[in-house]
Amino acid sequence: MPDTMNPITPVGENIPRVDAVEKVTGAAKFADDFQFGPGLLYGRLVRSPHPHAIIKKIDASKALALPGVKAIATGADTPGYIGLYLQDRHIFATDRVRYIGDPVAGIVATSEEIAEQAVKLVEVEYEVLPAVTDPLDAMKADAPILHPELGKYQVANFIFPKPGTNISNHFKIRKGDVEKGFAECDVIVEGEFRVPQIQHVPIEPHIATALADQSGKITLWASSQSPFAQRNLIAKALHIGQGDIRVVAPYIGGGFGSKAGVSMEACAVVMAMKVPGRPVKLRLTREEEFFTTFVRQGLVARSKLGASKTGKILAMKTEYYWDAGAYTEYGVNMTRAGGYSSTGPYEIPNVQADSYCCYTNHPVGGPMRGFGMPEIHWGIEQLVDQLAEKLKIDPRDVRLQNCVKTGSEIVTGWKMHPIGLDKCIEKATAAINWGKHEPASAPHKKRGKGLAIMWKAPAMTPNAGSSSYVRLNEDATVTIGLGGQEIGQGTHTVMAQMAAAALGVPIEWIRIATPVDTLYSPYEWQTVASRLTWSMGNAVVAAAQNARQQILELVAEHWNEKVEDLDIKEGKVISYKSEESLPLQNMVIYGLPKEGDCGWRGGPIVGRGNFMPTYVTGLDAETGQGPRAVVHYTVGCQAVDLEVDTETGQIEVLRVAAAFDVGKAINPDQVRAQMEGGVVQGLSSALFEQLKLKNGKPVNPSFVDYRIATSVDMVREIIPIIVETAQDDGPWGARGIGEHAMVPTAPAIANAIYDAVGVRLSSMPLSAEKIFLAMQK
Amino acid sequence: MSQHEISLTVNGSPERVTVPSNMTLLTMLREVLVLTGTKNGCAAGECGACTVLFNGEPVNSCMMLAVEADGANIVTVEGLAHDGTLDRIQQKFVELTGVQCGFCTPGMLISARALLDRNPHPSAAQIQDALRGNLCRCTGYTRVVEAVEQAVSIS
Ligand code: FES
Ligand code: FES
Repeated sequence: MPDTMNPITPVGENIPRVDAVEKVTGAAKFADDFQFGPGLLYGRLVRSPHPHAIIKKIDASKALALPGVKAIATGADTPGYIGLYLQDRHIFATDRVRYIGDPVAGIVATSEEIAEQAVKLVEVEYEVLPAVTDPLDAMKADAPILHPELGKYQVANFIFPKPGTNISNHFKIRKGDVEKGFAECDVIVEGEFRVPQIQHVPIEPHIATALADQSGKITLWASSQSPFAQRNLIAKALHIGQGDIRVVAPYIGGGFGSKAGVSMEACAVVMAMKVPGRPVKLRLTREEEFFTTFVRQGLVARSKLGASKTGKILAMKTEYYWDAGAYTEYGVNMTRAGGYSSTGPYEIPNVQADSYCCYTNHPVGGPMRGFGMPEIHWGIEQLVDQLAEKLKIDPRDVRLQNCVKTGSEIVTGWKMHPIGLDKCIEKATAAINWGKHEPASAPHKKRGKGLAIMWKAPAMTPNAGSSSYVRLNEDATVTIGLGGQEIGQGTHTVMAQMAAAALGVPIEWIRIATPVDTLYSPYEWQTVASRLTWSMGNAVVAAAQNARQQILELVAEHWNEKVEDLDIKEGKVISYKSEESLPLQNMVIYGLPKEGDCGWRGGPIVGRGNFMPTYVTGLDAETGQGPRAVVHYTVGCQAVDLEVDTETGQIEVLRVAAAFDVGKAINPDQVRAQMEGGVVQGLSSALFEQLKLKNGKPVNPSFVDYRIATSVDMVREIIPIIVETAQDDGPWGARGIGEHAMVPTAPAIANAIYDAVGVRLSSMPLSAEKIFLAMQK
Repeated sequence: MSQHEISLTVNGSPERVTVPSNMTLLTMLREVLVLTGTKNGCAAGECGACTVLFNGEPVNSCMMLAVEADGANIVTVEGLAHDGTLDRIQQKFVELTGVQCGFCTPGMLISARALLDRNPHPSAAQIQDALRGNLCRCTGYTRVVEAVEQAVSIS
């Protein structure tokens, strides 16, 4: 068996992306690229214009009379509920709408234009209700209740809704004695920090094509991070067997969480069920993309942090109010993650934290790169800097002193696994000459440096599993079956590397079975949480090892040798004992002949493997303490060097050093690419991004009004640094990195701005205007 | 909707198609000629995913009507490689990981090709400027710009 802790080629090498040639030639297929022939119909959705209203009546007769309109689906077609952790959502609104954009009906027509015309002909009578547009208002005793049925919803056993209120989850930490802790502190800081809703902005908008055939079988082609979860959730909502829904999911043109779980895909399925035998394509406009699937939740964070005069952090008290939007089927788990990671990566003996998931009449909050962590670290990391200032200790040293280290007792009571956060801090700060004042480039500019650290654990159901098969072909090329999605993070490349290493064949021989198709591909929970390298990687390695074992057993019998003396190297079985060698070609399909022309042994080789963490336990509902709430944490540090233009408030980020402990970089160059992309997405969110909501109405849903970083905003110098402290159950020690690089960027920039001009802003984004105005005070 | 027959050259091949007067060039390329390499990211002229060369100039094909392309010479991402050899910008995107999800990539490559055609030795700032209409949410742009810079140096 290959020892996955010992690197073997090509693990650890900078293999170019295996999907790159397809993607630069236009060959790569995305969900809107599949061809469906002349039978294809198109869908458009009728959406609520009100943030909160009762639906009195839907009259679709005029729309149905429009030539070309084939069918209209409404809530009456699907009265049941859908949702990942809390089933609080209808596929189409039934009695009530809860945000602007809530789907009320779906038009199926022969063209998108006709469907769009028909949308305007559907007459919906609403009784408008008062709307809740702030999470703090949602908490008030006299707030309008968005989900009176909350107590009846099905919910995962680690989510705690409060029926009769707008709180769909309340996660608590009660560790040590927080009041006593503060009493012992010499220095205390506190603050309120706000994070607005932002959007993922994948460049590919959501798209789904659904077909319900005349026998009742359903096929869905979608840009999806979660083909298996979609199959499961849609099957449950529509009372169909999972085996009778097939989800086909090709390359994703960016998702960042917005294409996880289920959103508009379920609408497409219900619409297709109205026109059996005809595929129905539903694609969102860019405007819809901004507010009708998922947005990153808003957050109001109130925190208090105290330390002894030597700099030891002794107590932390936190309240997180998540502006989770109209439906919180996914958001409830962000609230939980925000709670069990509420201290940030610090060892603090006394902690009180309350994380509330608040229903509001806002767009639906969903997972976005970092799953609550960018939001909570925004406040934590600024408070730690404020604490350091009061203590008159270098903020770097306060972090080195208090950050979680191997064996630290973390906020839930678990002992931290081997981890190198202190190394990350040292390396990132050294890379930007921390502590050394460097001059600004012009007299009207001021230079500043700042840092922030982070942690993040995959947030998922405790038993989220992966599986894989490894199939050999006549020419000894190897087809890897997997159910995780290539979303840009490079998972196909990394899986190919691991499979090649575990099996003993050149990487060029590996093929990935795409698109993922729930009919043929092995199960994978979802492509989220930066979990694939670790979880799916383990499954792929297990499958490759299983195939390898089958091959070795066959050849050992053939050579009359022991399996232990054999190995597979560069696609050949070799014997260390007899020094025989046999290429894999043909043998892996046709087997090997027995001596004397008296038959054959072996057969087509198919390896199988799976992986599921079996050790994750629950947490006490009152104290948030428990043996092991998560599988592991990835940690890191970013240090930022920037200039502020004092005449305009404009920020120029000169360089960012990003150091993350990834356990083991299977492909160091791809790890660096993730860090670079994450830094710029983090910078974009810090400086530019906010989905502006006025009385629940998104006022800037276009690229013109919602600006994201462009090529001219590129950071001049990004210094990615890889730290490797092996993960005990990761393949070759690997942990995930996809989301993490975005987490500390915003607070690191905020801290650097403070260093430059003495201005501290508690709410994102850090627009030039806000900085300029604050400098005038 | 009135129908029009138009003739144009796409990636070097003559094409004759009949299109409704309101069909965009993007839709014609993707749905009539089934050249799906060109992407639709906004249909509003704001993201650059649909960029094609129109008589040598980069244009957002979602903002043009197919009928305007009558007689035009169009190059899409599918037309960048020749005889199985990648364009050097494509090569550098592969080597330097100028690609992640790949959805912005066709548009990026076309904009970069147009830049190098009119200015064979652009500075990094000129490259950044030429790509500012091509939004990318994955790469952070550094490797994209670097790939174009290196494609320049091997010319
Ligand atoms: S699709 Fe044409 S610019 Fe976005
Ligand atoms: S690579 Fe994903 S948008 Fe550019």
